[in-house]
Amino acid sequence: MAKVHQNFTITQKCELSAGYCLLHLKPASGKLPEGILPGQFVEILAPDNATMLRRPISIHFVDYNTDRISLLIRRVGNGTNAICDLPEGEALDIVLPLGNGFSEDFEAGATVILVGGGVGVAPLLYQASKLKDKGIRVKMVYGARTVDELVVAEAFKPYCELEITTDDASAGTPGRVTDSVCFREYLKEAAMVQCCGPGPMMKAVAAACKAHGVACEVSLENMMACGLGACLCCVEKTVKGNVCVCTEGPVFNIEKLTW
Amino acid sequence: MVKLNVNLGKGLTLKNPVLTASGTFGFGEEYSPFIDLERLGGFIVKGTTLEAREGNPYPRMAETPSGMLNAVGLQNKGVDYFIEHIYPRIAGLDTEILVNVSGKSVEDYAETARRLSLLENIHAIELNISCPNVKQGGMAYGTTCDGASEVVSAVRQAWPRHLMVKLSPNVTSIKDIALAVEGAGADSISLINTLLGMAVDVERRRPYLSTITGGLSGPAVRPVAVRMVWQVAKAVKVPVVGLGGIVSGRDALEFIMAGASAIQVGTANFINPESTIKVLEEIEEFCERQGIKSLDEIRGII
Repeated sequence: MAKVHQNFTITQKCELSAGYCLLHLKPASGKLPEGILPGQFVEILAPDNATMLRRPISIHFVDYNTDRISLLIRRVGNGTNAICDLPEGEALDIVLPLGNGFSEDFEAGATVILVGGGVGVAPLLYQASKLKDKGIRVKMVYGARTVDELVVAEAFKPYCELEITTDDASAGTPGRVTDSVCFREYLKEAAMVQCCGPGPMMKAVAAACKAHGVACEVSLENMMACGLGACLCCVEKTVKGNVCVCTEGPVFNIEKLTW
Repeated sequence: MVKLNVNLGKGLTLKNPVLTASGTFGFGEEYSPFIDLERLGGFIVKGTTLEAREGNPYPRMAETPSGMLNAVGLQNKGVDYFIEHIYPRIAGLDTEILVNVSGKSVEDYAETARRLSLLENIHAIELNISCPNVKQGGMAYGTTCDGASEVVSAVRQAWPRHLMVKLSPNVTSIKDIALAVEGAGADSISLINTLLGMAVDVERRRPYLSTITGGLSGPAVRPVAVRMVWQVAKAVKVPVVGLGGIVSGRDALEFIMAGASAIQVGTANFINPESTIKVLEEIEEFCERQGIKSLDEIRGII
């Protein structure tokens, strides 16, 4: 699928708790590029030169019926603040779709466990919907530090069996995602675990999967400049040496990593 | 219409003065979804060495005010990989393709250049004696007149076509280095490579880069680059190619008025993948507006 560079208008913006912001965007051309994969990302130019480099953001959801994409963004600095401060009706300068996606081909009736931590749940919503369409049983573990950060939990419910974990026990199962009932009871029967979240969380999930012989994909968010495989800044060390997360990833099977 | 073609000498003629800076444009192909590569004067591919190099550990990049630090460390698959796998895919393009060559010894540089000389459609190489991100070679050669002369002389023996030499700004007298490489046989001189810099993450109390220091690029370095291009263009007879923070046609024209025959667009490619074409069109617009028929009318007027 071809990468494109175009403006997207913010059709709807929802400020959520804990500094999260949900943007719904429509391409100025009217048409989304075809074949966007769950797990891919966009590069957004921050308005008003708030930052020089673009900000890589996961694609949260794609709706080809209305030609809209959604982005779930957490405000962490000048770039994400400038993007989230833009009002509805304004346009963002975006390059997309970038990178690879999560695996989608499983036998009908198989179980796939999705694990998201904090803003790492962003790329998993579109994946959950795609898997459900294919007749895959999806179990989702949504981890957060505290209940305020569970900003899009409701959105997952139509597509999966959802379990929540919070570090401070303010909602769901107390503890980390690896303490979840899902992990304790169902890990062994999963065809694959697909995970996105903070580095230590993904490493703990990868270790649990390895211990039980379960396949696992993780989505990395190494700092990057171009997003196109040109600058070689976002590299991850793999069994085949340093590779660009923006082109060979962001999704990697843990067998390819040196974790 | 303004006449934009530029003859850099020794068989290197560009249809316009817009080139890309090595390490910011991959092998060109990364940008083909966004621009027509054949509209460029040419592009300069990623730094190539005799043997494959893994580069430096992550993290390799940090954004700084109007710029960025990088410490990629010449990650590449080696010259033979380029010859076998990359060259056949891009050699047919109707634009000049320059290969940026780096090495850890004089022999490495010369052997890499010799292997590239077998490729018919590579009319020029850009010799990188200015990389700040590798311990051996690179900038080690580019910061003394003797070191620069030695490596340029050796490559001159191995490479019969156009030899562009890329200078480091991390020197006391850029003019002296430029005169040394001209004397050793350079056909043109490009500058500047990145400025050695450093940034600290105070929350974590550690540097942002795995290598602690790295190379600064982007608009932040442009005034330094324009000044150095002006100094070098006044001092040498060979053509000068200017780079450092060019994101617009006006930026490019600063370098041209300071004496550059051609320019390279670098970090701007990361911001806007169509930056090169934007720079080209803005140069054309400026010339039309000012009634300039040829860039010769404004080149080096400062």
